[in-house]
Amino acid sequence: MYSDKVLDHFTNPRNVGEMTNADATGEFGSSHCGDTIKVFLKIENSLIQDIRFKTFGCAAAIASSSMMTEMVRGKTLEEALKLTNEMVAEALDGLPPEKMHCSCLAADGLHKAIKNYLDGNK
Amino acid sequence: MKRIYLDNNATTAVRPEVLEGMLPFFSEAFGNPSSIHWAGSQVSPAIETARRQVAQLLNCHPAEIVFTACGSEGDNLALKGTADALGERGNHIITTAVEHPAVLDTCRYLEKRGIEVTYLPVDEEGLLDLDLLEKSITPRTILISVMWANNETGVIFPIREIGAIARRHKVRFFSDAVQAAGRLSVDVQEAQVDLLSLSGHKIGAPKGVGVLFIRKGNPLTPLIHGGHQEMRRRAGTHNVPGIVGFGIACQKALEELTSVPRRVESLRDRLQDGLLTLVPEVKVNGSLRHRLPNTLNLCFAGIEGEALLLHLNIAGIAASSGSACTSGDLGMSHVLEAMRVDPLLGQSSVRLSLGRNTAAEDIDRVLEVLPPIVQKLRDMSPFWQAGSCCGASGGY
Repeated sequence: MYSDKVLDHFTNPRNVGEMTNADATGEFGSSHCGDTIKVFLKIENSLIQDIRFKTFGCAAAIASSSMMTEMVRGKTLEEALKLTNEMVAEALDGLPPEKMHCSCLAADGLHKAIKNYLDGNK
Repeated sequence: MKRIYLDNNATTAVRPEVLEGMLPFFSEAFGNPSSIHWAGSQVSPAIETARRQVAQLLNCHPAEIVFTACGSEGDNLALKGTADALGERGNHIITTAVEHPAVLDTCRYLEKRGIEVTYLPVDEEGLLDLDLLEKSITPRTILISVMWANNETGVIFPIREIGAIARRHKVRFFSDAVQAAGRLSVDVQEAQVDLLSLSGHKIGAPKGVGVLFIRKGNPLTPLIHGGHQEMRRRAGTHNVPGIVGFGIACQKALEELTSVPRRVESLRDRLQDGLLTLVPEVKVNGSLRHRLPNTLNLCFAGIEGEALLLHLNIAGIAASSGSACTSGDLGMSHVLEAMRVDPLLGQSSVRLSLGRNTAAEDIDRVLEVLPPIVQKLRDMSPFWQAGSCCGASGGY
């Protein structure tokens, strides 16, 4: 049911945990199934220097959270805002159709954290 | 890595004695039991033997046994068959909110056809209020449908008391006993049940065979027309090997009824006590007093059930979950919802169902493997902070 990449990121999630000195955090929960992600960002000169996440959810939610952090670390905020759910799912070699909403979680959690950062810096 | 199977409420392995008994009925004794020639008469006695074996397990007359293809067919036949046959007398069915989908979805179908259905609630332990059940009976009530034991939590319903209520009000009583058979004494006389469904593959027979007990004097409209089989109650050529296997499985279940369930129960209790000791904030779902000996349904606060199941599977342990995100069904288990389990907590539910093949070493292994998985998932959960779950409320 899951690709090897999903299983890899699920069993060994990258960048999992909290960040005490985060510049921004964002939390996003799916009303669909209750899965929830919390994203912590360390930002310097509009670059994502470091990123951590915590996720409550199924294997697809955990794997897509982990993959998302790998995809945007070192990227500009502008680039990170362009990350889509489809891109995360594709990078994982696909998700089962009924699990697609789980990958929405990762991109939305990231975008929420960036938005919180930009709002705070206005 | 040794594989451990703790999903016996989903299905069980075919027992060796059952397989052995079935084998001659594929290519040696292959006849159609309805045929009058030698090939047919080779197999018809085997069907009647199986019918007697099933009847012995249920303490009923063999003529009251109808072979079906599965538990769901029995449920459909009992409900639709009664609604149709007793349509003149009434149009009201009483059931519970925690029945198997084969009963609930059939009831919803019947509602579209003018049948009124009362879905009785359960309390937080998953138990029924029998006063409410009795008060729900109206002059238009034609059937009470209450499962013998719940597939998700293992909660056992007071079938004997419900049978007495049904008899007192002269209402037909159907019980889905798919999970109870082989684990409890299922005696249709003691319980005063009029209709009762069983499934072969839950008790060591193969998939594709089931039974509906129909007490004499309770006519049903068949679901499948087209032949005289099963005394016109269920048309279709008999699944001879499956039926033979079902008979042997029932005989074995009866022989082992005083030994195997007790052994399984002590293993289940050891698993339960071990997990409650080793893992903080675990909730057992369902009444501890009225529960099948093999079933353990747990919520692990702060994590999601499917993630836990997948980690267990990687470790070779097969279990199941009624939680969100499994098998394409994204809602919380209707059973836990009816028991008013906190929705977030309900997503962490896992069902471990033991069987006659479960060994003590299997339990040791689960107790070794499961607690660190829960810890790992809690460490990455935003709902788990400083050793407690902010999203879950009390009740541990």
